Amino acid sequence: MSIFVDDDTRVVVQGITGGEGKFHAEQMIEYGTNVVAGAVPGKGGQEAAGVPVYDTVDEAVEAEDADASVIFVPPAFAADAVFEALDTDLDLAVAITEGIPTQDMAKVNKRLSETDTRLLGPNCPGIITPGEAKLGILPGNIFADGNVGLVSRSGTLTYQVVDNLTERGIGQTTAIGIGGDPIIGTSFIDALEAFEADDETDAVVMCGEIGGEDEEEAAAFIGEHMDTPVAGFIAGRTAPPGKRMGHAGAIVSGSGTGTAESKIDALNDAGVPVGDTPEEVADHVESFL
Amino acid sequence: MKLHEYQAKSIFADAGIPVPDSRLATTVEEALDAVDEIGYPAAIKAQVHVGGRGKAGGIEIATDREEAEEYAERILGMDLKGYTVEKVLVESGVDFVDELYVGVTMDRGEGEPVLMVSTEGGVDIEEVAAENPDAIAREHVDPAFGLHPYQARKVVYEAGVDADVALDVASILSTLYDLYEDSDASEIEVNPVMITSDRDVIAADAVMNVDEDALFRQPELAEMAEESYEDDLERKAGEYGFDYVRLSGNVGIIGNGAGLVMTTLDLVDYYGGKPANFLDIGGGAKADRVANALDMVFSDPNVDSVVFNIFGGITRGDEVAKGINEALEQFDEIPKKVVVRLAGTNAEEGMEILNTELVEVEETLEDAVQRAVANAEEVTQ
Repeated sequence: MSIFVDDDTRVVVQGITGGEGKFHAEQMIEYGTNVVAGAVPGKGGQEAAGVPVYDTVDEAVEAEDADASVIFVPPAFAADAVFEALDTDLDLAVAITEGIPTQDMAKVNKRLSETDTRLLGPNCPGIITPGEAKLGILPGNIFADGNVGLVSRSGTLTYQVVDNLTERGIGQTTAIGIGGDPIIGTSFIDALEAFEADDETDAVVMCGEIGGEDEEEAAAFIGEHMDTPVAGFIAGRTAPPGKRMGHAGAIVSGSGTGTAESKIDALNDAGVPVGDTPEEVADHVESFL
Repeated sequence: MKLHEYQAKSIFADAGIPVPDSRLATTVEEALDAVDEIGYPAAIKAQVHVGGRGKAGGIEIATDREEAEEYAERILGMDLKGYTVEKVLVESGVDFVDELYVGVTMDRGEGEPVLMVSTEGGVDIEEVAAENPDAIAREHVDPAFGLHPYQARKVVYEAGVDADVALDVASILSTLYDLYEDSDASEIEVNPVMITSDRDVIAADAVMNVDEDALFRQPELAEMAEESYEDDLERKAGEYGFDYVRLSGNVGIIGNGAGLVMTTLDLVDYYGGKPANFLDIGGGAKADRVANALDMVFSDPNVDSVVFNIFGGITRGDEVAKGINEALEQFDEIPKKVVVRLAGTNAEEGMEILNTELVEVEETLEDAVQRAVANAEEVTQ
């Protein structure tokens, strides 16, 4: 079992004729993902990464029965691409693009609340169910099939923690990057809820970072609703207030909200051990299994 | 991206928001010329990106020319929380009887912009928010529709603003929302809005931060950003296109991906060292970008040792190794010890290419950080 994506997921890649889109479409196919089509305005009728390209997502869904999309579209046009995915009633849209203006995302967020489509990201590495499907840019070779779910705001930090797990022979059900932007689709809670409901997931790793209050809200959710044990990691303990630490969403406000300390305390209060190092996170997970 | 008060005020004034008469000055002479034109009392305000300028001595009110000279001499060139003051705004003093707070920001949790108004203006609004949240009236705006004018009026009345000035304040707030939307601001606020004894309403301060991700469609604001860099290294990072934050420690840090770079900083601290910077080379960096990153960190005189941590997803270990070689082979003597850890995509190829006579190599993140911390300690002892 897994959450959100599996063997049956049929993927359309928006922006498949661009450099990034083409490269990662090929990588996804090589991993075994069912990439069935691409969608690029003005490129309908062509072929890219070995799959047919359509002018609109709607046509791609009509012709190839796609139910998920991965978006590799430059920031200036990415919000429009997400709207197109949402308006096509896909089950899942994964927005990889980093740098979408926040006010564009506020409008997307509004539309999202009116549809049944799940949005992952933006500014995320995507999602992988090891051995079944990869939607995004995650390096497939570091993942292994197993029983630990992982949800994270950061891409490379996810790879680091997964590597520590896989090295010990601990595989993953599904790993999800929810994205480093201030306004994102799928939240920690959405992912945690799905892992809790998944029979195969015996433990969960949650990697958060400074900024916002999503980790605090997730901690409350874990305390009230989860039986599956969770281990945590929070990046940004040394971040000074008022500075954006790479991710648009990773900022401690001047008044001291969004700090690592507040998130770690909230997780500890919910019974979630938080590792000081990625290696320690793997220790906690191992102790759960 | 933060604008200076003088930049924000000129934008506000162009949009029709009343602001005090003011001049920008970079020397004492210019400041005195300005007060001669504006008259007294005159506020002399340091233009630096720090909060609480008043408390820190960066704002003074001069009542005559002698005071103006004294304050301008003291403030220009002073160190304000780590920033050197290079410009002051000389501004006509406002004789006020009341102070309000008005602002527009993005409520991340709701994913919607929110208007905020408080009659407790002139003080740190974040303290008000923490201690007496009911003193701030809020109104969320549906980003798809934009602001309905009644919403500005509603939140102003709800905050308890005096009825005779309420519509004027609402009008300022409404204009601020338009600016927020049109300029892709992330935050815009006036604290305080001053009410004079004649019941005029004036924006006495101005904060405007712009979404860096939207600068591509805000060319005029992007130019203002250039003028806003206060640290030479930050300016350089801007030119190279790096996400960079300078800190006060001596262990230089380069990595890929915000979360992992933050984690590397945290580990430097955890193992007893002090991080000198946050530098994210981003995804898919090629050799020249890697070399630029090393140049950045070497240019920081505080840095005593460097840790270079890459976990490649779309970034390839061989490209990183090439960049490190290129950057280091131009030195007769490597200026600071560099510890490298490569993992992920093409890490093995990278290790084969890497000139290990120029760098130290570790296999794990934890080991790499500990070695860099030890290297920094060696230098300082």
